[in-house]
Amino acid sequence: MPNSHLKALVIDDEKAIRRFLRSTLIAEDFEVFEADTAAGGLAEARRNEPDLVVVDLGLPDAEGDTIIAELSTIRAPAIIVLSALDDEARKVRALDLGADDFVTKPFGVAEFMARVRAALRHRLQMQGGVATYDDGRLSVDLVRRVVRVNGADPRLTPREHDLLRELVRHAGKVLTHRHLLKALWPDDSSGDVQALRVHVRHLRQKIEDNPDAPTCILTEPGVGYRFLGP
Amino acid sequence: MTDEDTQRPSPESLLERAQADARGKLKIYLGAAPGVGKTYEMLSDARKKIDEGVDIVAGVVETHGRAETLAMCAGLTVLPKRAMTHQGKTLHEMDLDALLQRRPAVALVDELAHANVDGSRHPKRWMDVEELLAAGIDVWTTLNIQHVESLNDIVARITRVRVRETVPDALIERADEIELIDLTPDELIARLREGKVYAPDQAQRALRHYFAPGNLSALRELAMRRAADRIDEQVRGHRRARGETAPWATRERILVCIDDRPESAEVVRHAKRIADRARAPWIAAHVQTARESRLSESERTRIADTLRLAARLGAETATLPGDRVADTLLAFAREQNVTQIVVGKAKRPAVFATVYGSVVRDLIDRAETIAIIVVPEAEAARRRHLGNLATWPVLTPLSVAEGVLLAGIATVAAYPLDAVVGVTNLTLVYLAAVLVSALTRGLWAGLFTGLAAALAYNWFYTDPRYTFTVAAPENVLTIIAFSGAAVVVSALAARARHQTLSARAEARTSRELLGLAHGLASVASEEEVAHTLATFTARAFDAECAVFARVGVNDLRLAGAAPGSASLSDADIAAARWTMEKGKPAGRGADTLPGARWFFVPLRTARLFAGVLSISRDTPLSPTERRRLDAMADQGASALERAHIARAYEEGRVEVEGERLRSTMLAALSHDLKTPIAGILGAASSLRTYGDKHDAPTRAELLAGIETEAARMQRYIVKLLDMIRIDSGRLTPKIDALEVADVVSTVLKRATPLAEGVRLRSEVAPGLPMLNADGALLEQALFNLVENGLIHGGPGGEVVVRASWAAGEIRFEVIDDGPGLPAGGESRVFEKFYRAGAATASGTGLGLPIVKGFATLMGATVTAQNRQDRSGAIFTLAFPDSAAA
Repeated sequence: MPNSHLKALVIDDEKAIRRFLRSTLIAEDFEVFEADTAAGGLAEARRNEPDLVVVDLGLPDAEGDTIIAELSTIRAPAIIVLSALDDEARKVRALDLGADDFVTKPFGVAEFMARVRAALRHRLQMQGGVATYDDGRLSVDLVRRVVRVNGADPRLTPREHDLLRELVRHAGKVLTHRHLLKALWPDDSSGDVQALRVHVRHLRQKIEDNPDAPTCILTEPGVGYRFLGP
Repeated sequence: MTDEDTQRPSPESLLERAQADARGKLKIYLGAAPGVGKTYEMLSDARKKIDEGVDIVAGVVETHGRAETLAMCAGLTVLPKRAMTHQGKTLHEMDLDALLQRRPAVALVDELAHANVDGSRHPKRWMDVEELLAAGIDVWTTLNIQHVESLNDIVARITRVRVRETVPDALIERADEIELIDLTPDELIARLREGKVYAPDQAQRALRHYFAPGNLSALRELAMRRAADRIDEQVRGHRRARGETAPWATRERILVCIDDRPESAEVVRHAKRIADRARAPWIAAHVQTARESRLSESERTRIADTLRLAARLGAETATLPGDRVADTLLAFAREQNVTQIVVGKAKRPAVFATVYGSVVRDLIDRAETIAIIVVPEAEAARRRHLGNLATWPVLTPLSVAEGVLLAGIATVAAYPLDAVVGVTNLTLVYLAAVLVSALTRGLWAGLFTGLAAALAYNWFYTDPRYTFTVAAPENVLTIIAFSGAAVVVSALAARARHQTLSARAEARTSRELLGLAHGLASVASEEEVAHTLATFTARAFDAECAVFARVGVNDLRLAGAAPGSASLSDADIAAARWTMEKGKPAGRGADTLPGARWFFVPLRTARLFAGVLSISRDTPLSPTERRRLDAMADQGASALERAHIARAYEEGRVEVEGERLRSTMLAALSHDLKTPIAGILGAASSLRTYGDKHDAPTRAELLAGIETEAARMQRYIVKLLDMIRIDSGRLTPKIDALEVADVVSTVLKRATPLAEGVRLRSEVAPGLPMLNADGALLEQALFNLVENGLIHGGPGGEVVVRASWAAGEIRFEVIDDGPGLPAGGESRVFEKFYRAGAATASGTGLGLPIVKGFATLMGATVTAQNRQDRSGAIFTLAFPDSAAA
């Protein structure tokens, strides 16, 4: 993926975190901007229109998630949330507000970059309106509503089909339980996570090689699911 | 990987919690009466928060022109009120829209119960508050207990003032925090007298009515109960899962009617069961008709006992004067919004009801919307008590002698009149003597005077004189008429005397109870209550008296005794314990342990068993005195309960406070430990993954970052361990003679790597003596002070460590040129996890408390103040002269 012209903005009040994120992103050929407050971060984002924003949830001047909604209006960058507090509720809220993914501190750069790549891919996909997915084993045609696993029809129920489409459409992004429930049952606000889990299990049995060790549909414990692209 | 993560909270519940977080938090400052200082307390809390950098704006503050409160408003943003025109008048209300638009973190909205002017968005201010909360704004507000909807009736009954502005209980139950602003009635009255609450003329009126001490202590008790209930809720809330429904509230209200028959107790218990089932409040009432004066001592005692039983079972009690039982009850029931009346059905011959009328029938006939529940009475419990229609005083030889003596005096007095008036008229003199005798000495004396007078008249004045023979028939008539008149006069006069005496006794009882109420209202602790109760009781009965308070679930301790009371033996204390366990009186004159020297009465209220009152006197207590004692015990019990609740509330608050500190500590610990680890791990993994791609300066920078962060974590862990050592109390300083200049230079050397653009300088005065102190503790304390100065001073500034010897102390000063301490921060900076300002995430909130802990251990003091010459703070660590070696 040509990264030479991609711009990244790191918003964190901890100097040490900014330091290694900057050197890591530079090593990955990003152009890096930094800010240590939410207000400064928004200003930088307006000035430079970054492709990627890495934002800490515990900023001194505002809760990190309050700026996520505003960030998305600027140029819809990929957003990775850093959370030091293990605060799942805020994490979920940030994802619902438009963040693509989260990393819990402390974390290694390999994990971090994997999530950055997935998020950027998701963003490209959303912009380009990708209509098909094919990794050789699994192929999904979003327009013609055709799914093949190793060339055969896995015989998905309509509900499983909807679930897979939603996951594939947002490949790389973490989808919260609420997001998926709303996509599957738009009229029902009661939100039964258990039902969702059952559908995911059935879907895994039909499209995964080993449903107990899934490689396509990954569980984000306590938060939701993510479709892992190729 | 599987997704069987069911034991974790579901994201939906987390989301729900997140939404609950999105709703603003409500904090209520609750007080018993106007003027206790709610607004003042709210403002002073707000100032503290503002100093910490919290965005607080006041939507409305009612200072009522009170100077102390006005002073607290300084520096606080108060939004201008909105002018509203209503019927040609311009009135001002809180500007809700401006407040919503301003979106502060916390909005201060004084006087929750306020009713808005017609034409406002909401008729009531509490609705404005709801809107603010829904918008995610935290609200602090103030409330007097009389405005709580469910307490409205009770308060109206206490104060005789009905409050129209009420706040629904649901809102109060949803409050995240309730702070009770407590002031004893005496203090409040003193404030009122000093004109701190109202203007002087208003204050005088208020003192006579609403602020009467009795009212105030009752209101205070209500407020405390409400707050204590709230603490219970919070404690339960810790365990209870979220989302459980609130207890079902009811609109039922039950009234039970009590009379002098023993069956009444049974009716009361029945009513209690009905009330329990309906979860309804209930009232026990007794109607005092003209018949009351004809009741015997035992019947009156029974009424009092039944009322007390009802109170113990949780009823409110009332005694209603009236002519007709049914009418009085129904009027009271309507006034109290009673929905059901419970009465007992006496088994009487039908003809009885026809002649005398039946209360039950009257009630049913006139009840209209109120349900009447008639409880059948068990046959076995019914016993007619005959022969107590009149109360016969005891016949004593003294009254016979006094009666005869008065007849003698009348005989002598009649002698000179004998020559002047007709002999028949002399009976008037004797009649006068009978009257005097019956009035002053009672019925028996009057009757004996009459008898002696008849004999004496016959002997001395009827012909033939000096014989009991009567010659003239009209004289026989005179003697017979006289005797009859004497008996009637005696009876009437004796009755008048009895009434006078009982009225006097009543007045005395009321005086005693009033005195006791005043005495109890002004004290707060259990000891003081016990002592006051014992002293008043001892004085009222001319006896020795001691009061035990309950400890824990099932134990007693002697909490107070009247001056001069003898100590209690082990056997006495065992009797007191028996009284506590059985809830019944024991000791002298009671059914249990009648041989004891003391008499023990349980002190109990509807809610709890508060203690035991013991009294000892040479003569046993009469039934009337027992009633008086019970009344005093009742008052004492509720005062003890109040003290008990106050203590429980205080303990509960300490517990909640401790809980809060623990969670702050956990959050701080997890943040402060994880942040450097995140830096280290990130930099290390970046080096490993991109080692070749990074250029040399980047690699060096990342390595330096690892070192810095590791050192930072090291310092933090040292602080934690220091704090734990201080808290454990096992740290004993090792005192050595130290060279002050050495200590200062070591500290500066250690701190230099942290300086990052801040100049570090020392000024050690020449000729300082050696200092007796623990080298390691002193060094760490100074280091923490310097580190604090570096954090707050900021780049480009200067931190100076100055050591001097003056005014009898050896003094270290650490001076920075940062923004200085916020107002009120002088002592708070030494509290654990306190962090001044918003920009100091790098502080741990532990450094300064450790300095304080170490200083205390070494016998030194540490203080903080702002610089006078410019912005900046000075921390002074001072050792007394005795530490000079």
